[in-house]
Amino acid sequence: MTPCRAHARPKRINPVRSRAQLVLSACVLLLAGAGLFFAEVAHAQLRLDITQGVRDAVPIAVVPFGGQPEGGPGDVAAVIAGDLQLSGRFKALERRDLVARPTRAAEVRFEDWRLLKSDFLVVGRVEPASSGIAVQFELFNVQTGQLLLSQRLLTTERGLRATAHRIADLIFERLTGIPGAFSTRIAYVSVDGRPPSQRYRLIVADADGYGPRTITESSLPLMSPAWSPDGQSLAYVSFEGKASAIYVQRLATGDRRRVSARSGINGAPAWSPDGGKLALTLSRDGNLDLYVLDLASQGLTRLTTDSAIDTEPEWSRDGSSIYFTSDRAGNAQVYRVGATAGQEPQRLTFTNGYNARPRVSPDGASLALVTLDRGGYRIATFDLKTRNLRVLTDGQQDEAPSFAPNGATVIYATRAGSRGTLAMVSADGRFQQRLSSDTGDVREPVWSPFPAPQR
Amino acid sequence: MKLTHAVALVVLAIGLTGCTKPKQVQPDTTTEAPAATGVQTSGVGTDTGPTTATTGTMSAAQQQALAALQSRNVVFFEFDSSEIRSDYVAVVGAHAAYLTKYPTARVRLEGHTDERGSREYNIGLGERRAQTVRKALLLQGVGEGQMTTVSYGEEKPAVEGSDEAAYAQNRRVELVQGP
Repeated sequence: MTPCRAHARPKRINPVRSRAQLVLSACVLLLAGAGLFFAEVAHAQLRLDITQGVRDAVPIAVVPFGGQPEGGPGDVAAVIAGDLQLSGRFKALERRDLVARPTRAAEVRFEDWRLLKSDFLVVGRVEPASSGIAVQFELFNVQTGQLLLSQRLLTTERGLRATAHRIADLIFERLTGIPGAFSTRIAYVSVDGRPPSQRYRLIVADADGYGPRTITESSLPLMSPAWSPDGQSLAYVSFEGKASAIYVQRLATGDRRRVSARSGINGAPAWSPDGGKLALTLSRDGNLDLYVLDLASQGLTRLTTDSAIDTEPEWSRDGSSIYFTSDRAGNAQVYRVGATAGQEPQRLTFTNGYNARPRVSPDGASLALVTLDRGGYRIATFDLKTRNLRVLTDGQQDEAPSFAPNGATVIYATRAGSRGTLAMVSADGRFQQRLSSDTGDVREPVWSPFPAPQR
Repeated sequence: MKLTHAVALVVLAIGLTGCTKPKQVQPDTTTEAPAATGVQTSGVGTDTGPTTATTGTMSAAQQQALAALQSRNVVFFEFDSSEIRSDYVAVVGAHAAYLTKYPTARVRLEGHTDERGSREYNIGLGERRAQTVRKALLLQGVGEGQMTTVSYGEEKPAVEGSDEAAYAQNRRVELVQGP
């Protein structure tokens, strides 16, 4: 099958499908010349299945925006509704249930929306502006009729989806007090084919799964993608040379650099908060230890010397220490060690017989990790102050947790039947959803940082 | 003092790996026109499937010995264990006999795990298994230079499936004989 490429131009997508089935991404390939006809290729298409938390979700009506056709890729209301639904905290009303199509405050009859038991209402319109187009929207409290938010954003036809994500960010923040993370991206690994001949792809998509782009592909494993703090590059492990090596690839240009291909294992890259160093795992003595690689000077500092497996490093937010997995006490547990040579590691986790792959929350106060909980590998958060371990998921093989940059959600990999899929859980464990993939095996999701402030 | 020593060793090691590094794999980075979000694809298109032994320079006897090994080139492990089970001691012994008889022969020890647990940790477990087999071969007289190890962790399963039967087949070290 032809892989879905960067420039497969989305001609038509289905932003919202019926009920709990929200198609999050579609990849369209133009087949024949001159655009006479086209076909959709559903490669690793992610679809949202709400598995838990619907009862607690707040109902919100997002009316199709005026001035644009419904159902196109730039359908602003559909993108906003999809984002809010993806957070698990909101339930968007079905389009067919919308009793009216107001596009501005003067057209809103609040009693209609009270009857529909919608707590909030979003209306808006797309209008031509002096340069490009403008998107105007309003957010109302249905019970009180109060205007909560009103903004006009300038954009272009191509920028409509990005603008819609921005609006969802603003609405989410107004209603929850937490900045929305819908304008961000995710990276993940997708695997097609059956053993022993499989195809590995490293993919970057919008946070809602839209527009998957293959960054690198190989017939040998790709793993452990890690975003640079500026969101411009990914570090990852590739076995393309028949041994593991760590690469850093710039997303804007596709340029990549092999930064570590030392004898033995080169694994688990993790960026320092300043972006200047990578913590990584090497196996020069036949077992795994942690090192810090200075990207500019290529200088290498060894952090651990134990004969056990020391791996999966993650920097503390202040860059002073590194969390990691070690089985030095007989089974995998999470430790912390200073980020300079010669420090003594401290064990952090004591609950459960297996705790691994720590990922630090944006506020630095807790870790997301994989724990063996009553026979299943599950995602948990570990409070660094109280040392309390809280299990968030109930799968059998949940792994690779990664915090959204606003800290509200954790994305992770799980299994549905024999296939790997992605799932999200709110950091308090209340909301849980699954992003199923129609084809292939999807794994190792990593959430990008917030984009750099706009100039 | 100890520390400077260690640093010196590390520096030396970097130097050594730098010098002895075999040909660098040049990724086939196809640069394509910028897409809407500025992401471009770059394909690593080179096919890097398993190497097949070059049998051209081998004696008939060696070729025969090598062929006999092909059917018994996997050592399986118990869950969370890197000990060689008694029923696979003979497999390791057969490879040791071949490698000591033909000192120019090379073997690549590929360590694998089942899919349970985190991926990078499993890379460590696979390496531990490969190292166990390596040490067993060393003890039986195989030269250090004849062996290389690689761990794929859970990334290259032998079979699909999330049951114990599949797991048992995936927890393994493959002994891949080269020329």
